[in-house]
Amino acid sequence: MQSPLQAIDLTTSRDQSFVEDVARESGQDLRSCYQCGNCTAGCAYTMNYDIPVHQIMRLVQLGLRDKALSCRSIWLCATCQACTTRCPNNIEVAVVMDVLRHMARRAGHAPERLVKTFTDGFLASVARHGRVFEAGLAACFALKSGKPLQDAGLGPAMLSRGKLAFLPHEPGGNGKAEVAAIFQRFLKDQESGK
Amino acid sequence: MSAPLGYYPGCSQSGTAAEYDISTRACCKALGIELADVPDWTCCGSTPAHTVDHHLAGALSARNLLQAQAAGFDRVITPCPSCLSALKTADAHLAHETYRAKVEHLLGRPGPGPVNCQSVLQVLFEQIGPGGVKAKVTRPLTGLRVAPYYGCIMNRPPGLMNFDDPENPMAMDALLSACGAEVVDFPFKTECCGAAFGMPRLDVMQRLSARILDMARSCGADAIVVACPLCQMNLDLRRGQVNSASGQDITMPVPYFTQLLGLALGLPDADLALGKLVLPLAPALIAAKEREAQREAHREGERAAKEAVKAGHRPAPQPVCEEDAPCA
Repeated sequence: MQSPLQAIDLTTSRDQSFVEDVARESGQDLRSCYQCGNCTAGCAYTMNYDIPVHQIMRLVQLGLRDKALSCRSIWLCATCQACTTRCPNNIEVAVVMDVLRHMARRAGHAPERLVKTFTDGFLASVARHGRVFEAGLAACFALKSGKPLQDAGLGPAMLSRGKLAFLPHEPGGNGKAEVAAIFQRFLKDQESGK
Repeated sequence: MSAPLGYYPGCSQSGTAAEYDISTRACCKALGIELADVPDWTCCGSTPAHTVDHHLAGALSARNLLQAQAAGFDRVITPCPSCLSALKTADAHLAHETYRAKVEHLLGRPGPGPVNCQSVLQVLFEQIGPGGVKAKVTRPLTGLRVAPYYGCIMNRPPGLMNFDDPENPMAMDALLSACGAEVVDFPFKTECCGAAFGMPRLDVMQRLSARILDMARSCGADAIVVACPLCQMNLDLRRGQVNSASGQDITMPVPYFTQLLGLALGLPDADLALGKLVLPLAPALIAAKEREAQREAHREGERAAKEAVKAGHRPAPQPVCEEDAPCA
């Protein structure tokens, strides 16, 4: 957690367009956050965050784009919705965290590299098979994470209980092709900056 | 019997959470709820999709809503809270024109109309209810102490999920009580288990799941009962990892609520798939049976003592009940 005593020069660091972008993309009235801290109090991940969630809300209000987008916290939010549920001003805080993650990706930030690796691997599995191929995802992650043996111990328990499918369980009809087409259009739009 | 409900199993239910799917289908059948699979269903996008892009998430879910509508379902039910959250989010956001336009662009065709998406828990609770369940129980779970664990998103955010209380949900409590189980007052009903961080940040998942297990144990539960495949995986399959990080040795089983419901309804073993649980349920059931036998012995002792007093004898010393709970 960072020190509360940090000088910020708002005359130079404030990015008003960032404030507007987050408000537009999240559909949330960010000004109504009055820093009560309820979101942080209920957040199960505060202990692992570098910046607690109410301070992230403040960074967004202040337009401190780089600080907000480069933090680890936005990658460690599990979208458990405790913050959204408990915000007295009905801000969907979890949606704001989501939007910051989207922006961080576009800006090339990924301080929690493995979270991004997992997410990308999951979606790649869906794009390829139409459904998540759990064993394939686990194997890919093991290879890319640099921790190939982390979950190796789970194999025998899964195998003996018939939970480890070595082949993907793909949809039988057009589903696989339609999902692949959704991803193709999405990637094309991303490349063209839409 | 009314028209079948559209059933969206979700990816986990054909793999690591097969027992949730098997027991859900069996319970619904036994309780007269007809299910028909959404034809050619695909992944809803789950958490990874919405953390990358909201329109991508919307399109992946909307495709399934289209499939459901094409098959004539106006209601879709799913056992998985993450699938439910994804489907409901898409359904709600599609009401906004700009969102709908972008999702339809990704889909390459017009999007679905409104679809009523519900959890299996909600349907069992609202359509059958504790009373309906109780009437069909043939093998009550008497003596079994359960901690009902709903997970983060079964009821949150309340504006979207629109079912039960977001801070203190009771649907599973009520159904398990109807099955004859003793539901402990579990304060961590909606605390996060570490979700999908088991792979990328095992340490985070270990810390959070250890808290859940520790709390369930201190509540005196024999089992943690779940409604989410990810919670189940973290607490059951990953138990060795969680125990090794916390230095504890908790062996409490983590059945799905549909498995316990099916057990109480007297369904055959094949319909419960209890063998797929990593931590076996049997020791909890044996503990419950022993506890109940002890209570029965205590009650019998009380009755005998009363009879003796009536007959003019001195009351015999009461057997000491080892339980904290009152033995009545």
